[in-house]
Amino acid sequence: MSEPGERRGRTRVIRTDYLARVEGEGAMYVRLDGRTVAEVKLRIYEPPRFFEALLRGRAFTEAPDITARICGICPVAYQMSSVRAMEDACGVAIDSGPLRDLRRLLYCGEWIESHSLHIYMLHAPDFLGYAGAVEMAREHREIVEQGLQMKKAGNAVMALVGGREVHPINVRVGGFYRAPTRAELSPLVEPLERARETALATVRWAATLPFPDVECAPELVALSDPGAYPIDLGRIVSDGGLDIAPADFDEHIVEEHVEHSNALHARIRERGTYLTGPLARYALASQALRPLALDAAREAGLGPVCRNPFQSIVVRSVELVQACDEALAIIDAYEQPDAPAVEVTPRRAVGHGATEAPRGLLYHRYEIDEDGTILDAKIVPPTSQNQLAIEEDLRAVVERGLDLPDEQLSLRCEQTIRNHDPCISCATHFLTLTVDRG
Amino acid sequence: MAAARRQTLAVWKFASCDGCQLSLLDCEDELLLLADRLEIAYFLEASSATVQGSYDISIVEGSITTAHDAERIRDVRSRSRVLITIGACATAGGIQALRNFGDVEEFTSIVYASPDYISTLSTSTPISAHVPVDFELNGCPINKQQLLEVIGAHLAARRPRVRAHSVCVECKRRGTVCVMVAHGTLCLGPVTHAGCGALCPAYDRGCYGCYGPMEAPNTAALSARMAALGSEEVDLVRVYRTFNAGAGAFRDASEAHLPQGPDG
Repeated sequence: MSEPGERRGRTRVIRTDYLARVEGEGAMYVRLDGRTVAEVKLRIYEPPRFFEALLRGRAFTEAPDITARICGICPVAYQMSSVRAMEDACGVAIDSGPLRDLRRLLYCGEWIESHSLHIYMLHAPDFLGYAGAVEMAREHREIVEQGLQMKKAGNAVMALVGGREVHPINVRVGGFYRAPTRAELSPLVEPLERARETALATVRWAATLPFPDVECAPELVALSDPGAYPIDLGRIVSDGGLDIAPADFDEHIVEEHVEHSNALHARIRERGTYLTGPLARYALASQALRPLALDAAREAGLGPVCRNPFQSIVVRSVELVQACDEALAIIDAYEQPDAPAVEVTPRRAVGHGATEAPRGLLYHRYEIDEDGTILDAKIVPPTSQNQLAIEEDLRAVVERGLDLPDEQLSLRCEQTIRNHDPCISCATHFLTLTVDRG
Repeated sequence: MAAARRQTLAVWKFASCDGCQLSLLDCEDELLLLADRLEIAYFLEASSATVQGSYDISIVEGSITTAHDAERIRDVRSRSRVLITIGACATAGGIQALRNFGDVEEFTSIVYASPDYISTLSTSTPISAHVPVDFELNGCPINKQQLLEVIGAHLAARRPRVRAHSVCVECKRRGTVCVMVAHGTLCLGPVTHAGCGALCPAYDRGCYGCYGPMEAPNTAALSARMAALGSEEVDLVRVYRTFNAGAGAFRDASEAHLPQGPDG
């Protein structure tokens, strides 16, 4: 929701107090002094909810249910990073087999749901010139309906494997409460096959959208999972030479608290801004895409690396093909495990977990006592890692758009933010956009 | 003759995870039909087009945790004919109401390096603690079918059909074997408000109370039963102190199991 630009002498301010079509509450503020961009802020004013503090004193088994509530858009990401971290603390690793496959299947469901929501309901209206999906549906009902159908397929996976779409109930440290039978998964096949076809059509459609010719510079960071596209585990790698175990996250990534934001800003020690999410995953792991997804990417004209944040809609569509295809492959090969979970016995230790939320890397670290009581918790969500990169993008967009009228510049700025699918509720630690031209 | 004016719907967010308003977008089969019947006049997560002024129905997600939000909810109330709160944050304060039992300054210093930048109240309170509420829909998250029922009922000016009995009744209707009786699994089902469809027991786990207390719950009897099954006091405090920790019956039940201090 844009406010008219303000001018005082040579100062020009472009601001949006309530960003629309993002998850959670944020604002944008840009101040120009003549033709110089003096200040760019992505403000996160979503009230803090203090998850890290309220986790202290809780049982280690409660972390997946509690941390899911950080974000209603990507609860599975929180559940997966927390169970990985707790299992790590307790010396358990579920790196293969049917329990890991079920976790990836559930995570694919969340990617499909979240990416469909972002592509069709939050991002596409920017390219087609509508305020939102409902307005877009008045002229492009079939496009919105196909997005909703794909979203529904993702939700069906979450509801079946996880128990429900928002805050699934079936995830536990060690695995699941109940593992589905092969027969129970079979109703997912038909909607996922349709969703896969729609995802392929989405890649072709997204590639035809008009993209400004821009590139972002930050170091790209994603998980690396040899032989697979990164989702649920792996080392943390970058195109700048980073290659670390999740346990070494703190050694290489620092979080800073800045005045304008209730989100902490993360940067790579001694190097600075980095970006996680679809562009990073694609650049670092496109060779691990399933052939169907890789072919779709090539046909859409994507090279091995895409640094244009506006084109993230194409990359997200490729990831939709990937997630649908992988979900179908998991279901096809699935055999119900003997037990729905492995036993996890607490011990006094520190554990780390990193997984790929739809919008980027999500890191959890817990210190637990010998009886499993959580002594300390640290959660670094994707949006606080991406915030500096988003602000750098904003600065570049404003520098290129100095001659645009305020309203157009503001819209371009908002679109720049939405390119990254920021999840403000996630940034618990926590977003507002205002442009000041001077 | 002119068509009847479409009623206007607004969706508001306070401190929350966005999951309950996402439930509206998760109504994939009904969303566009709903948008045909109602004018969605304010819903920032879905659209940048906003209609200022007053609204027929306001749906409110989230709890009140800042002085600014305490003012904002009064403004929302004054501009809404019907105000419906959705989810555990809006109806009970949410998981963030755990701060009500602790020291918020300590919480701030744990999460943030420069606590001076953070402005927050020492409590997380439900919307009803600040303004009159016309209907409360429980759940963490809410059930989207119930949300459609509540919106539909208000459009038709009738009472929503949302049952206030316990999750136990839903288990019986679903034909799920009682996990507490059969397996000794701790379960809050007997004291928890229905609405989820008794999901957890159907997945071989006990209910963890995310729909909040039912009408007139007998928490003392349930606590005694859970203690007999091996729950220690600390477990009983934790089990009532999750997403509806601020709801009266769960708050009282948790306090009954707190360790007694040196002064008794």
